[in-house]
Amino acid sequence: MPFRIKLPQVGESVTEAVIGRWLRKPGDHIEKFDPLVEIVTDKVSMEFPAPHAGTLTRIIYADGAEVPMGTVIAEMDLDDPSVDTGDEAEAQPAGAPDSSPEEVGRVGRMVSGANVGPTGGVFADATRNVARQDAEPAQPAQAARPDRGDLSTRFSPVVVRLAAQHGVDLSRIAGTGIGGRVTKQDVIDASRRGAATTGGEAAEATHVAAREPGPGESAAPGDRTVEPSPVRRMIAARMVRSATEIPHAWTAIEVDVTNMVLAREGKKAAFATRHKAELSYVAFTLHAIARALRSNPLVNSSWQDGKILVRGAVNVGIAVAAPHGLVVPVIRDTDKLTIAGIARATAPLVERARANRLTPADVQDGTFTLNNTGALGSVLGMAIINHPQAAIMNTEAIVKRPVVVSGSGGDQIVVRSMMNVTLSFDHRVIDGAEASRFVQDVRRNIEGYAPSMDIGD
Amino acid sequence: MAVKTVIEAVREAMREEMRKDPRVFVLGEDIAERGGVFLATDGFLKEFGPARVIDTPLAESSIAGIAIGAAVNGLRPIAEIEFADFVWPAMNQIVGEAARIRYGTNGTKFVPMVVRMPYGGGVRGGLYHSQTIDVVFAHQPGLVVIAPSTPYDAKGLLKAAIRSDDPVIFLEHKRTYRLVRGEVPDEDYVVTIGEADVKRKGDDMTIVTYGLAVHYSLEAAELVKDEGISVEVVDLRTLAPLDRTTFLESVRRTSKALVVHEDYHTYGVGAEVAATIAQEAFHDLDAPVTRLAGPDVPAMGFAPTLEAEFMLSPEKIATAIRELAAY
Repeated sequence: MPFRIKLPQVGESVTEAVIGRWLRKPGDHIEKFDPLVEIVTDKVSMEFPAPHAGTLTRIIYADGAEVPMGTVIAEMDLDDPSVDTGDEAEAQPAGAPDSSPEEVGRVGRMVSGANVGPTGGVFADATRNVARQDAEPAQPAQAARPDRGDLSTRFSPVVVRLAAQHGVDLSRIAGTGIGGRVTKQDVIDASRRGAATTGGEAAEATHVAAREPGPGESAAPGDRTVEPSPVRRMIAARMVRSATEIPHAWTAIEVDVTNMVLAREGKKAAFATRHKAELSYVAFTLHAIARALRSNPLVNSSWQDGKILVRGAVNVGIAVAAPHGLVVPVIRDTDKLTIAGIARATAPLVERARANRLTPADVQDGTFTLNNTGALGSVLGMAIINHPQAAIMNTEAIVKRPVVVSGSGGDQIVVRSMMNVTLSFDHRVIDGAEASRFVQDVRRNIEGYAPSMDIGD
Repeated sequence: MAVKTVIEAVREAMREEMRKDPRVFVLGEDIAERGGVFLATDGFLKEFGPARVIDTPLAESSIAGIAIGAAVNGLRPIAEIEFADFVWPAMNQIVGEAARIRYGTNGTKFVPMVVRMPYGGGVRGGLYHSQTIDVVFAHQPGLVVIAPSTPYDAKGLLKAAIRSDDPVIFLEHKRTYRLVRGEVPDEDYVVTIGEADVKRKGDDMTIVTYGLAVHYSLEAAELVKDEGISVEVVDLRTLAPLDRTTFLESVRRTSKALVVHEDYHTYGVGAEVAATIAQEAFHDLDAPVTRLAGPDVPAMGFAPTLEAEFMLSPEKIATAIRELAAY
C-alpha cells in the first residue's frame, strides 16, 4: 500500500492552503526532508519536506489547487515499508470485516455492510437502499425550488440589518433566492461591488460593470494577460477583504528624526561588529511605535463580529517585499524589547522573508503593522490595513529639509532630517482624536531620542 | 488510534469504570448470562461476578426502582433498558422519583444512576423495537439526557455519566452500534456533559442534530458539496441540559438553520432549537428555521417501505439542504 502524503496543519486558524508548486515529479526518488512541494497559505508560503524516503508515485492535487488541511495530496512508495509512519489510523484492525482504507477520525463514519440488528446477527439492511430509490428526485432542480410566489420585496432580518450596515439599497439588487428573494449573500456581494446608495449613477455603473466584465477590456493590441501566482491571488483576496470590510481613515504627520539619525550613526558600527547585523532605522521606529501602542491600547486592537478585541500583547509586524510578494513577519512582544533587542529580532526574520523561508510561527499573532515605505523612497503613502488589525503605519523617506525652529535667539532656519509618518486606521474602532494621540506619541518617542542614548545592547 | 464501533465503546466505558470504582454495577434483562441483547455487557459476569452483574426479571419498573434505591444509598448503578420501547413501565420511577429526589430533599439526597437505552429505528425492528423517546425525558428538569453519535463521544460521555451525581438517561441509537466506526483513544478520558460539538465546518447553513442523524447529515453535506453548498453540522450530544451557545454561534454566522432528528416532529427537539434561534438570533436569520423530523405516526412500520418512509436518510436531508440553500 502506498504511503499517503497529507497536507500538514500549518499554523493556527489556517484551514486550507494552495499547492504553490510541486518541486518533485512522480517517479523521482526523494530523501526524507527533501523539499517536496511549495505550500501557500493566506499568511505564508513554505516548502513542505518529504516525510519519508522513497519514490513519489502520484500527485493528487496539481499546482494551484486549493486543499483543506489534512487532505492526501500525493502518494509515495516507502524505501523501508516497515518504517513507523506514526499514522495509526492507517493500520487495519485485524480481522475487521469492513475495514476501509479511508480514515475515520473521531467523527467516525458509517461502514457499508455492517449488521445493524440486535446482537449483530444476520440481518438484511434494506433501509438505505429503499430510501435511496425513494428519495431519488426525478427533477432535483424543481424539487429544490418549490413555488413560493414573488419574494423580491420580502426581506429577511439579516438582509435588512446588513443592508443598513453597508448602506446598500435593496431595491437595486436583483435577488438570486427563491422567488427573486434578496439573500444575505446578495447583500454581501452588492456591498463588495460598491452598489451603495451614495453614488447614484456611479453606483449603477459599477453595478453594471461588475455584472458584465467588458470583453474588450483586454483585447487592445499589445495587451497581455498574466495569470497571477497563488501568492498574488492570496494577497489580492486579502487586500479586497480589508479594503471592503474596513472603513479606512487616514492621517499624516512630520517627525524630526535628526537625533534618531545621529544616534544610529553613532551606534551602527559597533552593533554590526558585535551582532553581524544591521542596526536599522526600523528598530528605532518600532521601539517608538511599540511604546505608543502600550499607551494607546485601542490602536492595538481588532474589530471582530461587532466587538472590539483589545490585544493583550504588542506584536508588531513589518511589511517585507519578499521575492514572491508581500509578507509580514511579526516581532513578538515588541514593547518588551530594547532597540538593540528589536534589531536583533528583526534581522533573521527579514532574512528568512527574503529567502522565502518564513515559518507559520513567524507570521502569526500580529497586532499592528509597520510599513517602512521610506526604504522605497516614498514620502507619502496610504496603506491598506493588514486585516483584521485596527491600524497600519507608514514610515516614509528621511529627507533633509530647511525647517524653522524657535530658539532663544528667535526663529531661525536650520537643516533637519525629517520623516513623514502616516497612519491608516479602522474608523469603526477609533476616531481621529485617538489616531492623532497615537501618532503624536510616536512622534514624541522618536524626537525624544538623543545621539548619546542607550539602545539597550 | 484504535478504530472501534459504538457498541465496543459503550462496553469499554462500563468495563473501565467498573474496574476503577467498586460502587459501579450493572443490572438489566439478560445482561449477565447472555451479555445483553446487543452484547453491551458481554463477558462482564465472568469478570465482575453475579453481585455486580445482575439479571433482572422482565419488569422495567423494578429495574429503575432498584437502581434508584441503590444510587440513593451510595452505589452507582448502570441500568439497561433492553429497548427504549420498554421503558414506559419505569416512567414513574424515573420521572416521578429520580428526577425530583435532589430537589425534594433540599439537596441532601441524590441519584447517581445511569439508565442506558438502545433507541431508534432503521433496524427492521417494527413497532416495539424502533421507538424514539428522546424528548420525553429531555422535557423533565432533574434528568440529564445524553445521545451520542460516535464511538469517541459514546465512551467519553458514558464515563462522564457514570461519574455524574445526577440521574442520566443515556440514549444509544441502536443502528449506530455496529454501523459507525471511529477512533477511540486508549487512555482514560471523558467528554463533558452539556457541550455540543461541531462535527463539520461550513458557511451556508447549520444543521443541528444528534445521534444517527449526525452521520446521515455528514453524508448529506458531502452529497451537496459539489453543488457549492457548504454545510456546518452541529452534534448536540447532550439533549438536557441543552448547549444553546454552540448552535447559536454557528447560526449567527451561517444565517440558516435546519434541525434534523428521527424523533417526532411535533414538540420535538427541533421545536426547542428553532424557538431558541428565533428568539436569540432573529436579526441574523436569512431563511425560516426548518425542521426535518420523524412523521407524527404512532409507530415505525415493519415493512421495509414503511420503515424507509419513516426513517431519515442522507438523500432526504440533502433534499432539505437544497431547498433551504435555494431560499
